[in-house]
Amino acid sequence: MLAFINHLSSTQQFILFSFVKIVLVILPLLGMVAYAVLVERKISAFIQDRVGPNRVGLPLFNIGSRLGLGQPLADGIKFILKEDYTPDHVRKGYFWLAPAIAMVPALLTIAVIPFGSTLGGKEKMVIADLNVGILYTFGIVSLGVYGIVLAGYAANSKYPFLGGIRSSAQMISYEIAMGMSVVPLFLLVGNLNLSQVISYQADHIWSWLIFKQPLSFIIFLIAAFAETNRLPFDLPESETELVGGYHTEYSSMKFGMFFMGEYANMIASAAMMVTLFLGGWTLPFAGLDQPATDVLHGLLHIAIFLGKMMVLMLFFIWVRWMWPRFRYDQLMDLGWRRFIPLALLNIVITAAVLYLRR
Amino acid sequence: MIVKRNKLNFWERLYLPAIFGGLKVTLRHFFGKKITMQYPEEKWTVPDGYRGAPYLVKDPEGRTKCVSCQLCEFICPPKAIRIIPPGPEGSPEAGNVEKAPKEFEINMLRCIFCGYCQEVCPEEAIFLMKDYSLTGLTREEMIYDKEKLLELGGVHNDQIKKWKNKAREAEEQGVKP
Repeated sequence: MLAFINHLSSTQQFILFSFVKIVLVILPLLGMVAYAVLVERKISAFIQDRVGPNRVGLPLFNIGSRLGLGQPLADGIKFILKEDYTPDHVRKGYFWLAPAIAMVPALLTIAVIPFGSTLGGKEKMVIADLNVGILYTFGIVSLGVYGIVLAGYAANSKYPFLGGIRSSAQMISYEIAMGMSVVPLFLLVGNLNLSQVISYQADHIWSWLIFKQPLSFIIFLIAAFAETNRLPFDLPESETELVGGYHTEYSSMKFGMFFMGEYANMIASAAMMVTLFLGGWTLPFAGLDQPATDVLHGLLHIAIFLGKMMVLMLFFIWVRWMWPRFRYDQLMDLGWRRFIPLALLNIVITAAVLYLRR
Repeated sequence: MIVKRNKLNFWERLYLPAIFGGLKVTLRHFFGKKITMQYPEEKWTVPDGYRGAPYLVKDPEGRTKCVSCQLCEFICPPKAIRIIPPGPEGSPEAGNVEKAPKEFEINMLRCIFCGYCQEVCPEEAIFLMKDYSLTGLTREEMIYDKEKLLELGGVHNDQIKKWKNKAREAEEQGVKP
């Protein structure tokens, strides 16, 4: 096997390793999406003094049925087996396209996230180590809005349409705040490459950018809530007023794609926040701040990254069951009149301080 | 009435106290006691006076108390009860005393559990019991016949002991059959 790999040219090796990494990232990501739904249901149940799904265990031996470990599987089978109904009044082409467009950007953003240091000495644990990593991310994230707008438009009925309009306005305005909130980070780091951002944060816990730029973190976090259409900013869906929002007319797996897209977005933004603010795969002690030289440390780094991500995910879920939804004008007010000026101020102050310290 | 809206001060306008308050409340409930009852495994105690499914009862000596007066059939608002009285020939094992029904059916799909049958019954022969979860695979299965109703109803331990008294009275008058 090793001989075969060594025999390949460097381009072929690159393609092979990239393919393996893509498979090894996307499949667990989809698994995490499924289990994020379960965790969400469990946590929501606990917060509401219920117990949540506790009937379905893993297949064959019914393991973990108290925790509902088989529930994602049952949900998935349900999604696939339900009737995939296309209403008569929809614009068919867009209607079929929208779920895919909603799902894909969420998966694509993962490509530039360094989810571990190295495995086997030299293979970096990031699918694409781009020099413009963060620009790529924002480019892809801004594509996410198309899926929802298209779904709202294609459904050709009033509630999805309103949901689509709301989401386009919401996502576009919060993208600005989000984009501006990370500018100070790159002023500090001096590089757009996410691996460099992590190595900047590696040596000390106080060099984590959450402590150096707390305001940036808060703005980014709240903008991430808005971008992923999570409560308290779930206006595009808002069941109580818009039936189901942009996915009202969707059923079966097409609805499932939107649903999974939302959670994949959540995972992607949590991964992004870990990378940008929480030091990525590093921990500032026990020699975990340097790229791993053996496989064990490589796996440990991946575990650290996932652990940090899960903490953020839990926070995302926790917040959902706590706040009521913002009103539309409040949302816009918060985005345009609070966060954008704050982010701008943050940029100016950081730039000034860096200039004076030069 | 005019509700006075106080202006929020700066600290309140930051929303942070409200946010932390919310986090505290949800966290408390997260670790709090869960109130879910795992229904099919554990069931709630049915309170006295609960109006569940109507069943026929027997007296302590194992006799059908129903005398086919058909008052319940008459009063039943959804017409869920159907009674066939024994007719002129009577039932041989009950002697020549009272007429137990030849057939007694309650359609549980029609029954509305109003309790009029229990209220109207002069013999205390039908009672609304505590069963609330009646299931079946067919409509026919949900029409409970006399045997099933008597079996489900069981023995009613009444204090009047009508039949015993009747027998005693008959004995005293020397007309025991």
